[in-house]
Amino acid sequence: MLSETAQKRIAELKGKFPKKRSAILPAMHVVLEEVGFYNRDTLEQVADILGLSEMEVAETLSFYTYFPKEGVGKYHIQICTNVSCMLAGGEQLKAYLEEKLGIKVGQTTPDGLFTLTEVECLGSCGTAPVMQINQKYYENLTRAKVDEILAALREGKEI
Amino acid sequence: MEKILFKHIDVPDQYRIDTYIKNGGYRALPKALKEHSPDELIEMVKKSGLRGRGGAGFPAGMKWGFVPKDSPKPRFLLCNADEGEPGTFKDRTLIEKDPHQLIEGIIIAAYAIGAHRAFIYIRGEFCFGANRLEEAIGECYQKGYLGKNILGSGFDLDLSIYRGGGAYVCGEETSLMESIEGNRANPRLKPPFPAAVGLYQNPTVINNVETLSNLSHIILNGGDWYAGLGMPKSTGTKIFSLSGHVNKPGNYELPMGVTLKELIYEHGGGIKDGRNLKAVIPGGVSTPVLTADSVDVKMDFDSLYEAGSLLGSGATIVMDETTCMVKVAYRISKFFEHESCGKCVPCREGTRWIRQIMGRIENGKGREEDIELLRDICANIAGKTVCPLADGAVVPITSTIEKFRDEYEYHIRNKKCMVDLGQRFV
Repeated sequence: MLSETAQKRIAELKGKFPKKRSAILPAMHVVLEEVGFYNRDTLEQVADILGLSEMEVAETLSFYTYFPKEGVGKYHIQICTNVSCMLAGGEQLKAYLEEKLGIKVGQTTPDGLFTLTEVECLGSCGTAPVMQINQKYYENLTRAKVDEILAALREGKEI
Repeated sequence: MEKILFKHIDVPDQYRIDTYIKNGGYRALPKALKEHSPDELIEMVKKSGLRGRGGAGFPAGMKWGFVPKDSPKPRFLLCNADEGEPGTFKDRTLIEKDPHQLIEGIIIAAYAIGAHRAFIYIRGEFCFGANRLEEAIGECYQKGYLGKNILGSGFDLDLSIYRGGGAYVCGEETSLMESIEGNRANPRLKPPFPAAVGLYQNPTVINNVETLSNLSHIILNGGDWYAGLGMPKSTGTKIFSLSGHVNKPGNYELPMGVTLKELIYEHGGGIKDGRNLKAVIPGGVSTPVLTADSVDVKMDFDSLYEAGSLLGSGATIVMDETTCMVKVAYRISKFFEHESCGKCVPCREGTRWIRQIMGRIENGKGREEDIELLRDICANIAGKTVCPLADGAVVPITSTIEKFRDEYEYHIRNKKCMVDLGQRFV
């Protein structure tokens, strides 16, 4: 369910564009920031607030890969394995994270803390290998850095 | 050479409007608004020779000139900040470190084409950059650089951020417009071109972040000054995003026409761990690969075209002798399959077939006839789709087959890579 703030922020998007549908993506960014994922209920709410059908919202949303569905972990780890990262060991980073977290790409740890996703280029090729956790980039990764980041997140600390 | 776009890139708080102004910012804006007519600005940019930095290299002034003068419809300016071509990370730096340089360029461009509404379409992952731009835009409204009657000139402009959702194809200008309109971002058939029928069916100009960031400098120093930098037909400087097996990866602003050798060895510190250079992708993964003996090529639109490749976005990916070119091509084929929007059948089906065949070669199940099969598929995709994504998907395959056919053959016969990247993540 969307919080009052989220509902208010989405309502404010109405009328900001010449076409109602233009507010779908901005609304989904609000959902991501406020809730962290979407489900059928949030889609219905977004559609109602924007004066669109749920199908219109779903139609647009399904084009994009950035918005996680319900079930995503508290920390959504997105690893780049595209060429520049691959050359810097991006696939080895992926294997290391799979080993450390005990899950494969596409899965979530049983405690609901981490979801691992393999993504396309994050635009951080000069500081490869790189991963994005929720909104933040982590660059020039090494095993030691990954260990440190995961340990901090497990304790609920931002790093 | 004195840097233009990156002159203040290392100033820690350059992103704040006061620092930007202290360092000479927002001086071009009043000059543009008060001393020049829109037509004069278009002429000045034409004279500068500035070509689009998003990849296609289309002359910016000419693009502006295509906007119909007599149209009663509202006009839009779009800044393409959907930086997604693998290997490219220059726009992110320009946005995060010097957002006002970009915004000043946007206001100038909007005035030149008569747009009162502009959007910066930024890829969804760039949260930090989007926030930084939001703050910078807020500062501009406070100072009167955005909004009604900018600096008393009578010109109005509203600028806002539009955040994407992780689709590479949205960097294609018509997909980008579909995305802002809230549709599935399938590209549109051209013509009509955006200058006549663009966002919400209105005349629209779309310029890349780096292109727009150049404008304030052209206004202050003149079109002739800019045309004197770089190469005769590729003027100015270019930000090269250097990545891969170099000692000092990063963004380097250098004159157009700098040699690949200088970029890699003088600026990038040479190849890591004393290894030998094997191959370079000079303009992002959709540009043809170059072999190590091409290092004397000049890095500009025309020289790279003559050398059989493209400058693209200037994303230079350097690969050393431990790199398996089949593996690289396979990884790129996965990217294009993932990013194909599915509108055109040759791209939707073809990128999948390419990935499947590349996958079986990479995984030791390749067949002798696969190389010709790949070439055949590629020939039936290129030029047969609405947007250039499919052309880009074909290039890494055809160019690696052309330049490194022996590695494909080795892979198929020996069921493994010819070389091993080794442990790179330590």
